Amino acid sequence: MGWKRKLSDGYDKVGLAAGLQDDWTGTGGYAEVGIIKGRKLSYDYQKFDEEGNPESTVRAVDAVDLDVETGDFVAILGHNGSGKSTLAKHINAILLPTEGTLYVDGKDTQDESKLWEIRQTAGMVFQNPDNQIIGTIVDEDVGFGPENLGVPCDEIWKRVEESLKAVGMWEYRAHSPNKLSGGQKQRVAIAGVVAMRPKCIVLDEPTAMLDPNGRKEVICTVRELNRRAHVTVLLITHYMEEVIEADKVLVMDQGKVVMQGTPKEIFSHVEELKSYRLDVPQATLVAYELQKKGVGLPDGILSMKELAEELEKLRS
Amino acid sequence: MIRDITLGQFYPADSVIHKLDPRVKLAGTMVFIVSLFAFRAPEAYVVATLALAAVIRLSKVPLKFMLKGLKSILMILMITVVFNLFLIPGTPVLRIWKLTITQEGIETAVFMAIRLVYLIVGSSVMTLTTTPNSLTDGLEKALRPLKKIHVPVHEISMIMSIALRFIPILLEETDKIMKAQMARGADFDSGNIIQKAKNMVPLLVPLFISAFRRANDLAMAMEARGYHGGEGRTKMKPLIYAKRDKLAYLSMLCYLVVMFLASRSGLVERLLGL
Repeated sequence: MGWKRKLSDGYDKVGLAAGLQDDWTGTGGYAEVGIIKGRKLSYDYQKFDEEGNPESTVRAVDAVDLDVETGDFVAILGHNGSGKSTLAKHINAILLPTEGTLYVDGKDTQDESKLWEIRQTAGMVFQNPDNQIIGTIVDEDVGFGPENLGVPCDEIWKRVEESLKAVGMWEYRAHSPNKLSGGQKQRVAIAGVVAMRPKCIVLDEPTAMLDPNGRKEVICTVRELNRRAHVTVLLITHYMEEVIEADKVLVMDQGKVVMQGTPKEIFSHVEELKSYRLDVPQATLVAYELQKKGVGLPDGILSMKELAEELEKLRS
Repeated sequence: MIRDITLGQFYPADSVIHKLDPRVKLAGTMVFIVSLFAFRAPEAYVVATLALAAVIRLSKVPLKFMLKGLKSILMILMITVVFNLFLIPGTPVLRIWKLTITQEGIETAVFMAIRLVYLIVGSSVMTLTTTPNSLTDGLEKALRPLKKIHVPVHEISMIMSIALRFIPILLEETDKIMKAQMARGADFDSGNIIQKAKNMVPLLVPLFISAFRRANDLAMAMEARGYHGGEGRTKMKPLIYAKRDKLAYLSMLCYLVVMFLASRSGLVERLLGL
């Protein structure tokens, strides 16, 4: 059974995203408008020597054009040091571009007066679950974002309930985060972002520190948020299996976007992906090897199921 | 097991004292401590004992937990008692070799012992019935007037609650690093104190590096979630005085009045005189 199948099985049992109210959807009234627009975006890291003098600069993001439509599920793939995390931090205005511009929901990230609006529009989930949970109790942590926004007290409680239900963590509201598993902590972190009602959620390698089960939990939660609440999702990862669900995939290498397209398009270029030190899903790899040996399989097979079906077709 | 430490000393129970506003409990503890040192009559201690007993009873926390805190001050307690016994001049009662025990010495020693014990037990009542988080919340709100003289009250309370949140995480990390270093032959147990302190270096350096990294990550996560200090922030669990809190304040006042009257009455002396 493929990754895709298992994901949906898991989801149906939990009933995620069911608690989200109708009055909030990530689209916020817009329809199919570009929510993130980056033009010639570049970012330099400065290296300092021991006296604190600038020694050299490293270009982490190099002239990237980024367009994300509202409601999209975009995955950014890249090897370590490819600049994908640096790019992600721009969307939340944690980092500001050295050159170029970035507009989030029509707001320039360089505009300091819009800073808090941008941070509310684009929520961010980080890699290490322990280092982003602020509250000592789950519900307090989810309430942290709305508290910062100055939301009235009863509205905060409403949002906390909604978002915890949306990620399937409502039963754990009175727990200490220290007693949760990694996947659960990451779901709490997602709930904390959802409670701020962002139009867009940026997840910076949210599964890198989790075990396979936790990874599935998190990806499944994210996908459901995207489908049911129409939140724009930007998933940064180096796990290939996680991008299969995306609408669009960007591949980054050395600060540049080197490939762009749907998962199918991307995965049909196995050799190119390998040159960027990325692993393709197993099914795709098997199909690719078979193709090379002369078996007439189509390009861009993503899951085991698909592969099995195609092989079945060939046999008959 | 190490993870349970978040709760600190907190003893969960469903009691009036647990439900009280943390500010009330803070004020109550202050009043109690001040009253212990302000009144120096035997009658006052009778009143204090009764009041303390009543509060402990109401809190539904077993006495055993209350007395646990005394262990840590046992040494201080003994030293205080011994010094007071032998060093206070006055009418001699007993003479052992070169040391004299005076009547005043006995009196002071007993008073000091009672004060110290009550001080610890009294503050234990607060820490046992209040979660660390609501305690910092209470402090923040109680100290809010200090903001006028530019004391960063909100920031201090934020620092305190974050510290509380990270204690178990850092403890766990310490444990991990310790094991990792032990696997490479580090020795944390043998040698004298100086040797032991030196052996801690391979534990402390990675621990500090990791703590700074965590702090950096956390700061970024907080900013990403729109944290920009206490300005314009609302509270998810705001502190509002309920009726029981007002009653508690009233009983504190009564306690002080009774304490004052009792210490002036000279009741004990009259009883002894009979």
